[in-house]
Amino acid sequence: MHASSRPGDRLTAWVIYAILIVTAIIVIYPIYWIVLGAMNPGSSLFRTSILPTGLTLDHFRELFSETDYLLWYRNTLFVAVMNMILSTVLVVTAAYAFSQFRFPGRKQTLMAMLVLQMFPSFMGMIAIYILLLQLNLLDNLWGLIFVYAGGSIPYGAWLVKGYFDAQPRSLVEAAKIDGASNFTIFRKVMMPLSVPIITFVAVNNFIGPWMDFIFARLVLRSSSKYTLAIGLFNMVTGRSNTDFTKFAAGALLVAIPIALLFLFLQRYIIEGLKAGANKG
Amino acid sequence: MLNGKVHARIGALLSLLFMGLGQIYNRQFVKGLLYALLELYVLVFWSKPFVKAMHGLITLGDTVQQRNARGAIVVQGDHSIILMITGIIFALLFVMFIAVYAINVRDAHKVGAMRDRGEKPRNFAQSVAHAWEQGFAYILLTPAFVFAVFTIMLPLIFGILIAFTNYSGPNHLPPKNLVDWVGFETFTSLVRFRAWSNTFVGVLIWTVIWAVLATFSTYFIGLFYALLLNHRTVRFKKFWRTLLILPWAVPGVISLLIFRNMFNGEFGPINQYLKWIGLQPIPWFSDPFWAKFAIVVVNIWFGFPYWMALMSGVLTNIDRELYEAAEIDGANGYQRFRNITLPLILFSTSPLLIMSFAHNFNNFNMIYLFTSGGPANPAYSYAGSTDILISWIYKLTLEQNKFNMASVVSIFIFIVVAGFSIWNFRKTRAFKEEDMVQ
Repeated sequence: MHASSRPGDRLTAWVIYAILIVTAIIVIYPIYWIVLGAMNPGSSLFRTSILPTGLTLDHFRELFSETDYLLWYRNTLFVAVMNMILSTVLVVTAAYAFSQFRFPGRKQTLMAMLVLQMFPSFMGMIAIYILLLQLNLLDNLWGLIFVYAGGSIPYGAWLVKGYFDAQPRSLVEAAKIDGASNFTIFRKVMMPLSVPIITFVAVNNFIGPWMDFIFARLVLRSSSKYTLAIGLFNMVTGRSNTDFTKFAAGALLVAIPIALLFLFLQRYIIEGLKAGANKG
Repeated sequence: MLNGKVHARIGALLSLLFMGLGQIYNRQFVKGLLYALLELYVLVFWSKPFVKAMHGLITLGDTVQQRNARGAIVVQGDHSIILMITGIIFALLFVMFIAVYAINVRDAHKVGAMRDRGEKPRNFAQSVAHAWEQGFAYILLTPAFVFAVFTIMLPLIFGILIAFTNYSGPNHLPPKNLVDWVGFETFTSLVRFRAWSNTFVGVLIWTVIWAVLATFSTYFIGLFYALLLNHRTVRFKKFWRTLLILPWAVPGVISLLIFRNMFNGEFGPINQYLKWIGLQPIPWFSDPFWAKFAIVVVNIWFGFPYWMALMSGVLTNIDRELYEAAEIDGANGYQRFRNITLPLILFSTSPLLIMSFAHNFNNFNMIYLFTSGGPANPAYSYAGSTDILISWIYKLTLEQNKFNMASVVSIFIFIVVAGFSIWNFRKTRAFKEEDMVQ
């Protein structure tokens, strides 16, 4: 199926590969640098040589013994998993309702959902803070989970709804003729078809909490409840912000799993974005 | 005399008077009782708190906190902001209650109409089954709706309302002081006072320039790499694509803090290398121009993989036959590119440009984590040279306690970005045809 080779192809190939290699170096350099930095003796990331010499694993050890790193990791993991589950449930149910049913106020609510995500989130932060205060959910991982889950509804429901819309109606109608209840149709017809987009939503909501620090910093107060984003951020910008190497080590331990997860699931992520593109 | 709609009308009227009466009139005793109990519960336990909350919302507290000479609290005083938020929560709950009330009236009317037609009203078990089937959409929506109201609507309303108060440091911070409603005063001071208006206009201009640069640079570079990778002479396409997607895969927070370190004027590797080559080190973070330059360049690192991946997908979906037909017609490589590839890519990805623009317009992480909005700008009120509107708001809110001003600027951003998005979105075919899909 490949077109036949043409003269000049060799040269073109060399040029392209050259560009790709240079780009790859630029892309990887920061990552390589942080990997080296994490193993740099001392507390500064400054190195005299590009090559991996004089490395140490001390910082990783320090992470576990001197900071609450493991605790933060566990907290973030917990928030990520819970948020993934809760958000996905909320988003999928709402999207299904909007997609398959027609009811008064539907179109206005859809438009409102689109518009509402534009408001800068931290204007409402004080309100959320006081709400959580009254509900006794401050400094509580569940408070954070609720905030994340609620916030994921507009964008997520919109995206999944578009996906549901694109599914052939004939399947649903056939099921209805066969006497299936609404719930059965939801469970046995729609859900299996929507695995890609649901995966996308779930992955997004899993990755999100690892990276957010605005809301985490607002809701979580004591060091034992911190998530990784706060812990790492404090390491580099706090008053004792000279511990770059420990930060690098900590950053690596976060970045690698997430990057791997992302790369592993990139097919779904791109699919999800394409779905967004088609509907927009 | 009987025009056939008696039951419907009387039922509705009764339910309007008191929840559940209409249902009882229609002989749906269990349902009626439940509705009545609900209203009774609300009236008994929630009337007084509701009135108190509304009073608090309107006055924002009258009693100032008083301390005696030793600093201990003598009179607790009113906390204006808690009053405001409590007021909003009660208002929202009240609206929800009214909605349930309306459902109750409609239900009585419908069942009454059934009786008028001679049908027998459902008993309780049947009602529940009926509600589950007919109201499935609403049932599905309820959890999400409740969440959305309290995590999105409440903060939004609160955020907007603050703009109409004087809630700010140092004189109007609860619980020590009260906050008052001031109408449009904050809005006018943004425009009238030089310090504010200069900052606002300056930051706005940079925000727009930044958003445009960020969006287009990443778009075209992403396009470049998508085309590059798609060339027939490239082998191991998947490997290269996975490699180039890495910046997207690594959590942004971390990469940004790494870059912050890399561009450090004294110790960062970038300046080290410049010195090795014999060039002068560049004051990345202390010179406004270089800071902006660095931001745009670093953003490309972050942003191009997204476009590249998206466009690669589009490219692989283009029908081979189009190219073959064009080749048969004598079109050369460049013509095929210009007339088939380019238009198709532009067509399917350009709607996303607006979304990307909106995202960059509000890209807090990129600015705050990398340059912290610096270098400092003495001509600005609380903003640095690379601050965009949203990072400025962040500083106003969390570092300077100027909540009301932050809120005014937020409203502005919201109007701009939302207006843009709605306008763009309405134009798209997707919205017009949304209801007509199949």
